[in-house]
Amino acid sequence: MRVYVRLRSEVVKPVSVTARAASLLVAFLVVAGLVTFVAIYYVGGASALPTVHYAASAGQVNVVLQEDPQNNSASKPDWVSYYVQDPATQKWVHTTLFSVPANTKVNVTLYGYDGCTPLRNNFYSQVQGTIGNTVTLSQFDQHGKEYLTDKTTSVINAWSDCNVGHTFAIPSLGVYVPVASPNAQLSANNLCSSSPCTTSGNPYAKETFSFMSPAHGGVFRWQCLVPCGGGFLDGNSGPMQTLGYMMGEMDVVSS
Amino acid sequence: MTTGPQNESPHEPQHGRRLFLIWLILALAADLVIWFIWYPHMPPGDMSDSARHQQFDIAVLAVSAAPVIIFVLLYFTYSIVVWRVRPGDEDDGEPIYGNTKVQVSWIAGTTVIVLFLFVFGTVELVGPAGAGAGEGPAPIWKLAGTQSAVWAPGGKTMLDVQVIGQQWAWTYRYPQFGGMESSELMLPVDSPVTFHVTSLDVIHSFWAYQLGVKADANPQVDNVAYTTAKSLGGFTVRCNELCGIWHGAMFNYGHVVSQAAFQTWASGVQSKEKADGILAALPAYALTYDPTVIPQLGANLPKVDGITGAAGYYYPPSDPVTP
Amino acid sequence: MAIETHQDQAEAAGSGPPLGGHGALRPWYLRPGVHLGVVGAAVGYILGHLLGNFLSSAYQQNALSDSNDIPIVLGYTFATLGWLAGLGVFNDLGRQILGRPLLAEIRRGGSEAGLSKYFRYTLDHKVVGIQYLYGMIAYFLTGGLFAMAIRSELLSPSYHLLGPSQYLMVVGEHGTMMMMMMSSVILGPFGQYFGPLLIGSKRVAFPRIEALGFWLTPAAYVILLSGVLFGGFPTGWTGYEPLATQATAGEDSYFFAFGLMGLSMILAGFNMIVTVINYRAPGMRWSRLPMFVWSMFTVSFLQVLAVPVLVGACYMGLMDRTFQTAFFTNQLGGSSFLYEDLFWFFGHPEVYILALPGFGVISEVVAVFCRKPLFGYKVAAAGMLGVGILSFFVWQHHLFDSGINPDMRPLFMLTTELISIPTGFIYLVGMGTFWKARIRFSIPMLFALAFYFNFLIGGISGVFLSDVPADTTEHGSFFVMAHFHYTIMGGLIFAFMAGIYYWLPKMTGIKLNEKLGKLHFWTMFIFFNTTFLPLFALGMMGMPRRVFEYARNLETLNDWVSISAFCLGGSILIFVINFVMSMLFWREPEVGNPWRARSLEWQLSSPPPPENFKRVPVILSSSYDYGVKDALPVADLNPPPGVIGAAYAGAPGVPAGLEA
Repeated sequence: MRVYVRLRSEVVKPVSVTARAASLLVAFLVVAGLVTFVAIYYVGGASALPTVHYAASAGQVNVVLQEDPQNNSASKPDWVSYYVQDPATQKWVHTTLFSVPANTKVNVTLYGYDGCTPLRNNFYSQVQGTIGNTVTLSQFDQHGKEYLTDKTTSVINAWSDCNVGHTFAIPSLGVYVPVASPNAQLSANNLCSSSPCTTSGNPYAKETFSFMSPAHGGVFRWQCLVPCGGGFLDGNSGPMQTLGYMMGEMDVVSS
Repeated sequence: MTTGPQNESPHEPQHGRRLFLIWLILALAADLVIWFIWYPHMPPGDMSDSARHQQFDIAVLAVSAAPVIIFVLLYFTYSIVVWRVRPGDEDDGEPIYGNTKVQVSWIAGTTVIVLFLFVFGTVELVGPAGAGAGEGPAPIWKLAGTQSAVWAPGGKTMLDVQVIGQQWAWTYRYPQFGGMESSELMLPVDSPVTFHVTSLDVIHSFWAYQLGVKADANPQVDNVAYTTAKSLGGFTVRCNELCGIWHGAMFNYGHVVSQAAFQTWASGVQSKEKADGILAALPAYALTYDPTVIPQLGANLPKVDGITGAAGYYYPPSDPVTP
Repeated sequence: MAIETHQDQAEAAGSGPPLGGHGALRPWYLRPGVHLGVVGAAVGYILGHLLGNFLSSAYQQNALSDSNDIPIVLGYTFATLGWLAGLGVFNDLGRQILGRPLLAEIRRGGSEAGLSKYFRYTLDHKVVGIQYLYGMIAYFLTGGLFAMAIRSELLSPSYHLLGPSQYLMVVGEHGTMMMMMMSSVILGPFGQYFGPLLIGSKRVAFPRIEALGFWLTPAAYVILLSGVLFGGFPTGWTGYEPLATQATAGEDSYFFAFGLMGLSMILAGFNMIVTVINYRAPGMRWSRLPMFVWSMFTVSFLQVLAVPVLVGACYMGLMDRTFQTAFFTNQLGGSSFLYEDLFWFFGHPEVYILALPGFGVISEVVAVFCRKPLFGYKVAAAGMLGVGILSFFVWQHHLFDSGINPDMRPLFMLTTELISIPTGFIYLVGMGTFWKARIRFSIPMLFALAFYFNFLIGGISGVFLSDVPADTTEHGSFFVMAHFHYTIMGGLIFAFMAGIYYWLPKMTGIKLNEKLGKLHFWTMFIFFNTTFLPLFALGMMGMPRRVFEYARNLETLNDWVSISAFCLGGSILIFVINFVMSMLFWREPEVGNPWRARSLEWQLSSPPPPENFKRVPVILSSSYDYGVKDALPVADLNPPPGVIGAAYAGAPGVPAGLEA
């Protein structure tokens, strides 16, 4: 049965039902396809980053992180970035998402390869929220010489001596930890230049601290509080606002 | 409620009178429920005097609004029940173009309600020193309290707290305790508090919900808000102005403690930071901070391996248009 | 004297003064249209981007920032110009500059039968109206999909479906799509279509400007969506500085799209003002003007006066991002407050641009389905004008807590509360029209009743917000969210639905399915209220806007809202199904005057002929004279020769075609 399309009062042009149904189906598929594509690739795109899972042993987990002056991504190779070490393979994964079990003592080992920066607010030189409110710090130069060994401190000097590179903060748990850098005078211009950095041939700082993961599960964001996104107003854009670089999420999994 | 201009035939029900009676009963019932049952539980609670005044204010608004809402809803419900067209009726309604009495009473009535709410709102704003809202750098309605360089419990000394918002965490500075900085907000009960809210980067907003305080944190602007905490307990601090991706996660918890406990805590933090050398290293206490200036270092910002300073320059330092 | 009240059988379209361009038509793919517009846009973007790279290579790019916004902005600029050029917007301008005669409409494709004219730049305001209709529905559905994503994320306070920057991208896209594009959701389809018809005019004053106003909207839509490719913009629809300067490249798409849409609004408003003032038929006095035309007229002034401020703010924002000016950067001497003031000086009249046309449509619908004159016509018109004028004096109420001069706050509290008085006039008029009426519950009437219900809640919550002490808790929270969704979605969108069920038969000769329509109404009304009513509570309990983490005790309420929102999405889907199936397959014809309305557009055929009226009608009475015995018909559609000429005799500059 032919149905007439009357959109103007003079000329009528018949368009068959099958033609209309076909074009409607095609249009629907195109729109649905486009929406699905945008939803998966652009809106849900965060899931592209891998999460490193840490399992507890004897009521504790050991999380190993490092921060580098650059990274090995194709799109933004010059952005500063954190890396997480996979406990199973001991390889460095370019991500900032990791998970720990709930109600567990989390022992963090943090390697700092990036150079020092004066803090906008020296309040963040203080260690807060860790067990004992301290970190244990060692610093190495590029020849492997350990010039600072296992110093337990509650403050890392960033004002009279440039020693802090970045910070690691989980504000909703009250954890604020300055991340030490190699000593400025000793290691200037010899910083690690290819990522992920390794301890041989590069100056670095090694820091350990512990805190208790909360009893209830959830996703806890963590970030650096040293705005180093140069070129962006106030430095808090770029790597500071991109998952996988200077900010991430700690997934607390309740068992 | 006035009736239409036409003379109503004897068996025509008095719509106006009916509507008025039903409205009166419903409005009275609603107002009583609101005032006696809902008001004590009205947000934001009564933890501080600004919260209490807001509670009262919202309750009065609700009591004024309920009769208006009931009036309109009742009228429409009544009219669609009573004046719906009967099946088969194709006629038009009566050509009523207007009724001066109704129009004038409506305009007068709404104007009276609005002016009352305006006067009441202004009173509630002025009385409690700005009702917890941020008043900008030069507040007009200030909270009574003795200004002093040192805060001590017992008297009516004003406690100054600077709230610093940065992407994406809150910190607090207490100038009366040597300018020490803390990531926890502690307040003494029954003491007038002045909040100086500022930001280091983009616009945030300091919202202490149970205290009924909300003040935007603008960069280079000092926004002043007042309150007095009246009961002990915890309260939530949330960021209320979109400030970037972690805006939703930018929250904090604060505590109202006894005056003695507060004194102990604050002096404790002050001595710890002094001992650590942090107190001396903090930027000098000021009402606003320029994030591109790091006072101890002045122009000698060290740059190692090309990494720029902590402030993240707006344009690269070598750019010719840098002022 | 015989008064002709019904359109005769349709006659061939008048051709107007002789035009040039005779000869064979070029094939369809070489004549200007959407296809060439797309080509032009692509070519333009590439050219602009290359030009930008060339111009800004002198700027030292900091290795850490990676985004040079100048090529992107120039790319957008040239893409828009290319799009418009491909559509043929500049063709007539070029011809006039070169001294050649203008094209006849037939060559422009405007009076061709079939669907192709809807993909071209035409001079017929009715074609522009239909283009707006489809466009607005598409933009609304896109914004709605983003809303579904928001509500999915908000199902849990701590487990996250979307990454943080994706969530903000979705929030910003939803808000901007709705607030930016929906400002023309009634003005476009119904205002452009029925404006001239309601005043008895054959055309609008500036058809090319009107069509340009429409064709800027797809460009703005695509540019806004292209922000998704850059990772979106983190500022939400308000674009607050300095976060907007800090943001990555997606923010350019926000500022540029908003500026384009602003241009579209300014042009549409300007055209409407001149049309309503100058093109009214004889006898269409201001006191007989339909209320919908009053609302459009008022809103057009708001568009012309307030929107340029937005375009300025967007332009300055782009300058800050590209050429590194410091309009809004505090530490370099600018002020973030400047942006807030500029934006809200536009932003408040903007919400009245959204709300007032809804009032207009509802007033029309209510008079017809109560079969009574509009109660208090002058009060209604005064209400529209009052709201329009006062809307310029209230914008600081968005800034009560931001540190503005504190003694401004009681002043703006007063003006904001005063604006509720003219807004209340709509209720006075509606309620008076219902008094002793004969109410018919057609679908447009159901939507009108829902409008009154929703806007009441929205309006009263606005009074709560205008009170500064109460605003301390409510500002920036979900209370505000509930308030504006009730006024804008509950008001404007419900009015749009009323308009579409009411006027679609007139625009296309097809009516929407009644059963599906009722189902659509009831599901939309119920789920709309279950979705947005709890938001008042959420806001009062301390949940700020635009957050993806919230207090745990609010999770149950958020889940209820999210499920309701999905159901609301389902009800809109019912509408889409109804619309698509009715237009494509069922095609139930409705060519008469099914509502027995008196207004002028219902005296014509469905759809009206290309030149609207065979002869300029003479208006004899108000379109609201229901129930009046021996009422004159609203207009004489075939006035005797000499009537109009005599009316204008002696008036200077009378166009030749107007006499006899």
